[in-house]
Amino acid sequence: MDITFVIEKFILVAIIFGISLVIAMYSTYAERKVAAFLQDRLGPDRAGPAGMFQPLADGLKMFMKEEIIPTHANKWLFMVGPGLAMLTACIGTAVIPWGSAITLGSKVIPLQVTDINVGVLYIFGVVSLSVYGVMIGGWASNNKYSLLSAIRAASQNISYEVAMGLAIIALLLVTNTLSLKEIVEQQHGWRWNVLYQPLGFILFIVCAFAETNRAPFDLPECETELIGGYHTEYSSMKLGFYLFAEYINIFVSSAVMSTLYFGGYNYPGMDWVASVAGPVLAPLIGTAVLFIKIFAFIFFFMWVRWTIPRFRYDQLMHLGWKVLMPLAIANVIITGIVIAIVEKF
Amino acid sequence: MGTSVFYLVAFLSIFFSLMVIFAKNPVHSVLYLIVTFFTFTVHYILLNAQFLAVVNFIVYMGAIMVLFLFVLMLLNLNKDNEPLKSGLVKVVGIVAGCCLVVTLIGSLKATAASDPLVLQNVNLGLVKNLGKELFGPFMLPFELSSILLLTAMVGAVLLTKKEKV
Repeated sequence: MDITFVIEKFILVAIIFGISLVIAMYSTYAERKVAAFLQDRLGPDRAGPAGMFQPLADGLKMFMKEEIIPTHANKWLFMVGPGLAMLTACIGTAVIPWGSAITLGSKVIPLQVTDINVGVLYIFGVVSLSVYGVMIGGWASNNKYSLLSAIRAASQNISYEVAMGLAIIALLLVTNTLSLKEIVEQQHGWRWNVLYQPLGFILFIVCAFAETNRAPFDLPECETELIGGYHTEYSSMKLGFYLFAEYINIFVSSAVMSTLYFGGYNYPGMDWVASVAGPVLAPLIGTAVLFIKIFAFIFFFMWVRWTIPRFRYDQLMHLGWKVLMPLAIANVIITGIVIAIVEKF
Repeated sequence: MGTSVFYLVAFLSIFFSLMVIFAKNPVHSVLYLIVTFFTFTVHYILLNAQFLAVVNFIVYMGAIMVLFLFVLMLLNLNKDNEPLKSGLVKVVGIVAGCCLVVTLIGSLKATAASDPLVLQNVNLGLVKNLGKELFGPFMLPFELSSILLLTAMVGAVLLTKKEKV
C-alpha cells in the first residue's frame, strides 16, 4: 500500500463526504421550494437571491439553539443516537462508482472508493443498520412517544428489508455479479437494468421510500399520533443530525437506484462523446450524468412526499408483507424461468 | 500485521462479550452484543470470508439484533421489577457455575496445542466459490437445512395463529 494510493483515496473520500453534506443541506432548501411549488406558494425567498442562503441560516440556527438533554434520558445513548444515524447514512457512499476511471498521463484514477466484490450486499447491510440510530435515540429519550416511534421504525425497516432483498435477488440473477462496478459496466449505453427488471425496480423504489422513512411511509415521524416521533426530545444540532441523516439517506438511495437500475454514469451516445471529449473530460461528463439522475430521483422523493398522504400503520404492514413480498417472490421466479429459457435456446 | 490485528480484534470480541454479561441494563447488553457481532464480522474479513462477513453483518447485526432490541425496549426491564431470587437459587447457580468452570478447564487441558490454521483454499470465502461449493458437493445438506428453516417459519406462523382459533 503506497502513500499516493492512500492520499488519492483520502481526497476521494473527502470530496464524496463534502458533496453528500452539501447535497443534504440543499435538499432541505429544495424540499421547501418543491413543496411551495406544488402548493402554489413561493417558499423561502428572504435569505439571499431566491432564498439561496436559507440552508446556511437554518444550519446556524441549529448550532445556536440551546442543547437540552432530558434529566431522565440515558445520556450516553441519547448522544450516540444521532451520531449513529449520520454514520450509517454516510458510509453507504463508499462502494458507489461515481464515474469511469480518469486517465491522467500514465495514471488511472478510479472514481470509486472501493470495489469490494460483495458491494450490493454491503449496501444492503448498511441499509439494515440505519435503523439503529432511530431506535437508540428513541429509546434513550425515555419518552413513550419516542419509544413508540422507535419501535415503528424498527418493524417497518425489518418488514420492507425482506421485499427489498428479494428485489435485489432478481436483479442479481440478471447481472450475475455483486460488484457495483461490474453492474454499472454491464449497463453500457442504453442497456439499463430497469428495462430487464421493471417490476424489480418498482419494488425497490417503494422499499427505498420505506427504508428512508419518507412519506408516505414516514410513520415514525407521524406528528398527529406521536408528537414529533423519535426526535421529540431532541434539540439543537442533535435534531439537525437526524434531519440531515434523512436527506443523506435519500441521496445515497437515489445514487444506489441510479447505479443498480438506471445505468449509473452510462448514457446513450457515450462512446461518441468519449471519442470527442478525451480521457479526462469524458468520465467527468459521465459523473455529471449520474448526478442528473440522482437529482431526478431526489426530486421524485419530494414530489411523492407532497402528493401522497401517509399510510395507516396496518396498511403499511399489509403492503409490505401481503403485496410487495409475494410480488417480489413472483419476480424472482419469473426472472429465473426466463433466464433459464433464454440460456437454453 | 495480520496477527496483531487478529489479537486486537480477538481482545475486543472477548471484552464486549464480557460486557454483554456484566451490563446491568438489558438494552445495554444487546448493544454490546451488536458490537461483539461486529468484531466477528471483522474476524471473517481477516479470514478472507467476505460473503460470511457481510451475511453476518446483515442477518445478525441488521435483523436479529433489531428484533432483540425491539422486544427488550417493549419489555422495559428495570431493576425494580427484577424478580427476587431466593438463597437456594443462588446456591444452585454457584454450584452449576463451578461445574461448568471445572468442565471447561478439563476440556481445555485435554486438547493439545492446536495446529496452526491452514486455509486449504484462500479464496473459498468469495461469493462465487462458496456458491459453487454449496450447490455442488454440499447440495444435500444445504437443501436439508433450508427445509429445517422453512419448518421453523411455519411453526412460528402457527404459534401466532393459535390465539385466534
